[in-house]
Amino acid sequence: MSSIVNPHDHGHDDHHGAPSGFKRWLFTTNHKDIGSLYLIFALAMFIIGGAMAMVIRAELFQPGLQLVDPHFFNQMTTVHGLIMVFGAVMPAFTGLANWMIPMMIGAPDMALPRMNNWSFWILPFAFAMLLFSLFMEGGGPAFGWTFYAPLSTTYSNDNTALFVFAVHIMGISSIMGAINVVVTIVNLRAPGMTWMKLPLFVWTWLITAFLLIAVMPVLAGAVTMVLTDKYFGTSFFDAAGGGDPVMFQHIFWFFGHPEVYIMILPAFGVISTIVPTFSHKKLFGYASMVYATASIALLSFVVWAHHMFTTGMPLAGELFFMYATMLISVPTGVKVFNWVATMWRGAISFEVPMLFSIAFIVLFTLGGFSGLMLAITPADFQYHDTYFVVAHFHYVLVTGAVFSIMAAAYYWLPKWTGHMFNETLAKWHFWLSLISVNVLFFPMHFVGLAGMPRRIPDYALQFADFNAIISIGGFAFGLSQLLFVYVVYRCVKGGDAAPAKVWDGAEGLEWEVPSPAPYHTFSTPPEIK
Amino acid sequence: MHSALLKKLIIACLAMFAFAFALVPLYDVFCQVTGLNGKPSLEVAKASSRVDENRLVDVSFTTHAQQGAPFDVSAEQFKVTVKPGEVTKVAFSAANLSQQARVMQAIPSVSPGIASKYLHKMACFCFNQQPMKAGEKQDFELMFYVDTALPSEIEELTLSYTLFDITEQSQQVALEASQDEPTSMETSDE
Repeated sequence: MSSIVNPHDHGHDDHHGAPSGFKRWLFTTNHKDIGSLYLIFALAMFIIGGAMAMVIRAELFQPGLQLVDPHFFNQMTTVHGLIMVFGAVMPAFTGLANWMIPMMIGAPDMALPRMNNWSFWILPFAFAMLLFSLFMEGGGPAFGWTFYAPLSTTYSNDNTALFVFAVHIMGISSIMGAINVVVTIVNLRAPGMTWMKLPLFVWTWLITAFLLIAVMPVLAGAVTMVLTDKYFGTSFFDAAGGGDPVMFQHIFWFFGHPEVYIMILPAFGVISTIVPTFSHKKLFGYASMVYATASIALLSFVVWAHHMFTTGMPLAGELFFMYATMLISVPTGVKVFNWVATMWRGAISFEVPMLFSIAFIVLFTLGGFSGLMLAITPADFQYHDTYFVVAHFHYVLVTGAVFSIMAAAYYWLPKWTGHMFNETLAKWHFWLSLISVNVLFFPMHFVGLAGMPRRIPDYALQFADFNAIISIGGFAFGLSQLLFVYVVYRCVKGGDAAPAKVWDGAEGLEWEVPSPAPYHTFSTPPEIK
Repeated sequence: MHSALLKKLIIACLAMFAFAFALVPLYDVFCQVTGLNGKPSLEVAKASSRVDENRLVDVSFTTHAQQGAPFDVSAEQFKVTVKPGEVTKVAFSAANLSQQARVMQAIPSVSPGIASKYLHKMACFCFNQQPMKAGEKQDFELMFYVDTALPSEIEELTLSYTLFDITEQSQQVALEASQDEPTSMETSDE
């Protein structure tokens, strides 16, 4: 521990000959700088991925083909998915982890600061490669973010190699980020910070990091097999050479299902932090929250084939994956119950982070219920690959993961910048988002149940009215997010000075340091009672 | 102080990367043991020692060419009724529809999948790659029998062939085999 309490660091907390300007950001090993970089990058990707969603909704505003040709439409659905998953949601959570975990556990920085720098700075290259492939001859990836073989092997264009290497780099970045989180939490907790005293955000991130370490290499393996099948004559997924295309789906979803929990477990941590603050009560059932998170993570490894009910699995397999999937709703139910129980008879104040959190609890639960409907094997044959699925995963990812990121951003923004954000504008952002997101995604349930397939640039005429409504909701939601960018920008530039403890019900070490948080915090570990 | 934990986590990552590739043989073994997936064996089977005279099973044949594969293969009879254990011959007529020499590979699949391990093939054009000249017509023979152990609830099964055009792959293999100097990188670019 001697390196941590280095007396040399005291007294000049801000700069010690650090480079300025762009080099400061390029060479930084400071967890707060890297956290900011991750968050800014995620916001930029959120806007780019959102712009692609606008293209999709503009094309689907009316039946028939109007604006873009089907091949470009397919590229938009594919790259929108990839960017939102790997470019927006995951880096945003890694950014929150970088900023908050060291401050929450009383550590001076992340455990492996140089690796931390590297894990961020390879990301822009990955996404540059992915995005520039859109402008190359033949276009970018157009086989859906799930890149099922043989769409990604036999029927894809030569730019697929760029997609493969981009995914490799994103995977390496996530793995390095996850390793850093594990080492930090295991080794750098302040004295007295026992496991069951960890803030829940730290717990959920620790479990997420283990999920990342377990499944991101499997994704890397899957894309490598696609690469060798396409360019080097192997036949992992090619029946003509003795391979099996269905095996692709097994390998992909063995990664893909834990991946959806990678995107939601940190959200659970954020909500478990914010709800007690604004309910002015302790979190109800802390220990059960920890165990529920761990159970969800373990169960996530044995449910993957529920994405594949229509591939011709035997009955025993379909039943197993149906029941295993439904089992996940038990620990998830524990979490929702605990959040509601925390609010029960609390003195709730409705600040913006709390508004987003309450919206999260209601709308994520709704997305969970449509997930349960999809888990029912016989019903899934009707829902499979329809807009019902699109509605389901956007409720859990947009009103789930993204709303929790918004809540976290508003919750900690005064701590990061030292300024209060404009609460009136933030409330406008919340209400506009809440209304438009439901106009956008709720009707998708109905068009899906009525049989509208996903990933198709045209649709039958009877879906025209609903699609027009969905598109209007989409444009409204997209524009509302520009308001978020403006609020964040204004808050970074100035505003009322924020006190150390921004929210009066807040608990945790991060509120004991001044706002904005100094460049170096907890160079001397705090004492935890 | 971090290196011990770091080492373990990196090993875990590498192990999971290897696991992704281990899934490939594991998947095949799992399908073989359970008989799932309808993938029949591509080995030559021995004749059955007994014939079940009291049972009849319908076997149907379908073929379809993978998109772009210029082949047409069809069985002379769409459906045969056989006794379990009895060896049956079925003639298939095949044609190369293109104006170039092509190599065909037929991949069999049995439905219902659980029946795949009870359908034994003693001779099949799917055991080998089938080179066909431009516009050539060929006759193939399939010799098979249904195992007497076929579960009694299965009264009919379908043997489906998917036809693949593997001309490029087989040329590559032939080229690589014929050249001692490994210049195969150049050929694989084509």
